[in-house]
Amino acid sequence: MTCSIPAVSNGAPLLDVHDLRVNFVNGRHSTPAVRGVSFQLGREKLAIVGESGSGKSTVGRALLQLHPAKARIEAARMQFGDVDLLRASPAQMRAIRGRRISMIMQDPKYSLNPVVRVGEQIAEAWRSHHRGQHAAAKKRALEMLEVVRIREPERLYQRYPHEISGGQGQRVMIAMMLITEPELVIADEPTSALDVSVRLQILALLDELVKARGLGLIFISHDISLVRSFCDRVLVMYAGRVVESLAAGDLDRARHPYTQGLLAALPDVDQRRSRLPVLQRQASWLSD
Amino acid sequence: MIAALPQLRRVSKRATQVFITLFGLLLLTFFIGRVMPLDPVLAIVGPDADHATYQQVYHQLGFDKPLWAQFGIYLNGLLHGDLGHALLTGQPVSQDILRVFPATLELATLAIVIGAGLGVPLGVIAAARRNGAIDYAVRVVSLAGYSTPIFWGGMIGLLLFYAHLGWVGGAGRVDFSLDGVVPRRSGLMLVDALLAGNATVFWNALNHLILPASLLGFHSLAYISRMTRSFMLAQLSQEFILTARVKGLTEWQVIWQHAFRNILVQLLTVVALAYGSLLEGAVLIETVFSWPGFGSYLTSSLMLGDMNAVMGCVLVVGLIFVLLNLLSDLLYQVFDPRTKV
Amino acid sequence: MTLSIDTPHVGAARERLARCQRFAARAGHFLLRMACNPLTAIGCGIVLLLCLTALFAPWIAPYHPLVQDLDNALSPPGAQHWFGTDEFGRDIFSRLVWGARITLYIVLLVSVTVGPLGLLLGVAAGYFGGKVDAALMRITDIFISFPSLVLALAFVAALGPGLEHVVIAITLTAWPPIARLARAETLSLRQADFISAVRLQGASPLRVLWHHIMPLCLPSVIIRITMNMAGIILTAAGLGFLGLGSQPPAPEWGAMIASGRTYMLECWWVVTVPGMAILINSLAFNFLGDGLRDLLDPRSE
Repeated sequence: MTCSIPAVSNGAPLLDVHDLRVNFVNGRHSTPAVRGVSFQLGREKLAIVGESGSGKSTVGRALLQLHPAKARIEAARMQFGDVDLLRASPAQMRAIRGRRISMIMQDPKYSLNPVVRVGEQIAEAWRSHHRGQHAAAKKRALEMLEVVRIREPERLYQRYPHEISGGQGQRVMIAMMLITEPELVIADEPTSALDVSVRLQILALLDELVKARGLGLIFISHDISLVRSFCDRVLVMYAGRVVESLAAGDLDRARHPYTQGLLAALPDVDQRRSRLPVLQRQASWLSD
Repeated sequence: MIAALPQLRRVSKRATQVFITLFGLLLLTFFIGRVMPLDPVLAIVGPDADHATYQQVYHQLGFDKPLWAQFGIYLNGLLHGDLGHALLTGQPVSQDILRVFPATLELATLAIVIGAGLGVPLGVIAAARRNGAIDYAVRVVSLAGYSTPIFWGGMIGLLLFYAHLGWVGGAGRVDFSLDGVVPRRSGLMLVDALLAGNATVFWNALNHLILPASLLGFHSLAYISRMTRSFMLAQLSQEFILTARVKGLTEWQVIWQHAFRNILVQLLTVVALAYGSLLEGAVLIETVFSWPGFGSYLTSSLMLGDMNAVMGCVLVVGLIFVLLNLLSDLLYQVFDPRTKV
Repeated sequence: MTLSIDTPHVGAARERLARCQRFAARAGHFLLRMACNPLTAIGCGIVLLLCLTALFAPWIAPYHPLVQDLDNALSPPGAQHWFGTDEFGRDIFSRLVWGARITLYIVLLVSVTVGPLGLLLGVAAGYFGGKVDAALMRITDIFISFPSLVLALAFVAALGPGLEHVVIAITLTAWPPIARLARAETLSLRQADFISAVRLQGASPLRVLWHHIMPLCLPSVIIRITMNMAGIILTAAGLGFLGLGSQPPAPEWGAMIASGRTYMLECWWVVTVPGMAILINSLAFNFLGDGLRDLLDPRSE
């Protein structure tokens, strides 16, 4: 809907999405999940914030054409650099996935293959774009494990997913998704399955890597306080639409009542309130 | 040693379970054998024997002892491999079974190769292209396989492929003229023919083997393809499949290297159990094909009312099933990294 | 807040009527969904046909199933005898029709016995746990470790051939999977909050089992039994083929195939037709069971 601030970039944006619509078709029934989302992304950290069912994860997956056949993806424009993501062939998409755009998933307990060793899964990400280079892939995987600050890369390489902790698992996921040096990373709730202490470590790691490699990052989350300090820009989604788009620093001056409601419900050490205000939804937001 | 303790505990728990099951099996067959209305003593001495002979055999077989003592005698006999004597041949039942088993083994092995060799890929493809042509074909074939009475299928097969079309050999393991040409070494006709270097017998035996094996294989295929399909569908909806796609792997790699690898252990269990249930099919189909195997032996003993032979066969079948169950459990322990301690 | 002016008695009657109406509406809706699935509708239709044929056998069959007519022995299908005659000149169509009674008898009797037996044992084992559970698990292990045909064969061999013995034998082999299913369901329900609530209200274990747990296990047990019916038909046919079912001259389908085997190569109809009947009925029960499972439990595939 609104796209108040264009991407902070030099020249063309990395990702340009205009009027993205995703509908899930079930027989004659069509459920809209995303209704006209537009944004641009440069080499910065963009957050997409929303509650369950707001369509934020759907947007991320639609970019990579990861939805099953029964999803209808339409957009006026879905341009990634020189590639039109909407009309790319399956072969083109496969070349892009993991190589130029990757996605960090939420829970390593489920998103890692349980019967394959962890190191092998990271190496596979490299090998799928550099055919036949087994030894090089293993070397690169071990290097990445060091980059994500795993203490004993050799040992962890041989482990199975059920033998490592949540924090380690997410580091493995990050290693797996960054080993091919993509330009854009989509992080789909990467810290939601972790405990609070580990969460901050992973965020710090992600921050460092994004800065060092100059990546574009789309950070999908339900936690507005988390993205406030972490990201550069925030897109707030509600019921499939973008209701607010602003810089993270400007969140205090949010204009849409939904965003204001979300922020007001956060407890604050400095501001003493006897009761936290509850978000009051209004039907007008659905058709705004 | 200390680290192996939970492993040991699990193994011993499993072993106890197996022992109890086996014991229960023996108890069951013992009681079935004793419940029958046929008089086993009469079966041995014949209706014309006088009272003294009858009593002599009665005491000899231990029927005057209390039931638990009889069970003890039964168990003792079993531990020595003594399953009693068969009426049909006069030989010990255990010897008979060893003699007829290879024929059924040959049949079952070829059947499972057909069933699994075709069933697994079909199930995988059916799951990968859900609601596609192969998916519907698999479901239809599956249903047909489940619903056809196998003995009837055998008859229709003989009628069509042997009598009408002449594509395959008829009843028996080889043509009548070639019977006994190659010396019996392993009891497996194909192997024996190869060992003797006799190509004619080999091809003839294969000709006779192919129809019953295909029918049994069709039956297993129905089961295996259906299970494979449902396992694969469960895997394909998992998160790690999405991760594999995100990495840019081809659909082929995603299906075989990721989804399929996860169902391998379950599949081995299914195949092991299917192998066992082929024994059931063999019982019905061997009569139709005059196949001199375990099934024929069981049915002819049944017709004669030879309880020793029947119970011996039933016991052997039960034993095989228990062992197959144990094997599939062990396969899980060995191959699934999640169950390793 | 409104106050009811109905007397308690009238209110209860009205409540019952409303409940019956709701049940009828739900059942009607359910049947409609069943009819929408073509395979399930076909299966249902064939099963209905089986029931009607068995019920009205005396009126449907043109000839008496047991009367021999040796002049017309082994005549091929034609206008006089739609499916031909067997080696004793008996009309195969009539024998099929009367045989439907035997098939239906076996299926119904086994299902009606296995259901309550398996349900009771499974639910008791699942709820009480401990030694009762362990005992049930071991017993069902023994039965499950046999292929059902071989075990049924052993039972019938011991008891002697006959229709009732076949029913007993099949029942004895069919109850363990049902008991296991009921036990699994009970185990997951046992932890539910509403069960704890009822127990806190002072319900005895019997009441909890009878009024709360068993009705919830009923749907999956019914689905399982329906899916098993096809297998029961095949096992019964197999036992009949081996000569262990109803003895001749009873028109049992499996036995008809066995006796027709000798003439199979010249007279294909003696063997083909009863087999087709078994196949079609087994298929119908499979369709029905599949459709039922898809409707009531869409998670499983």
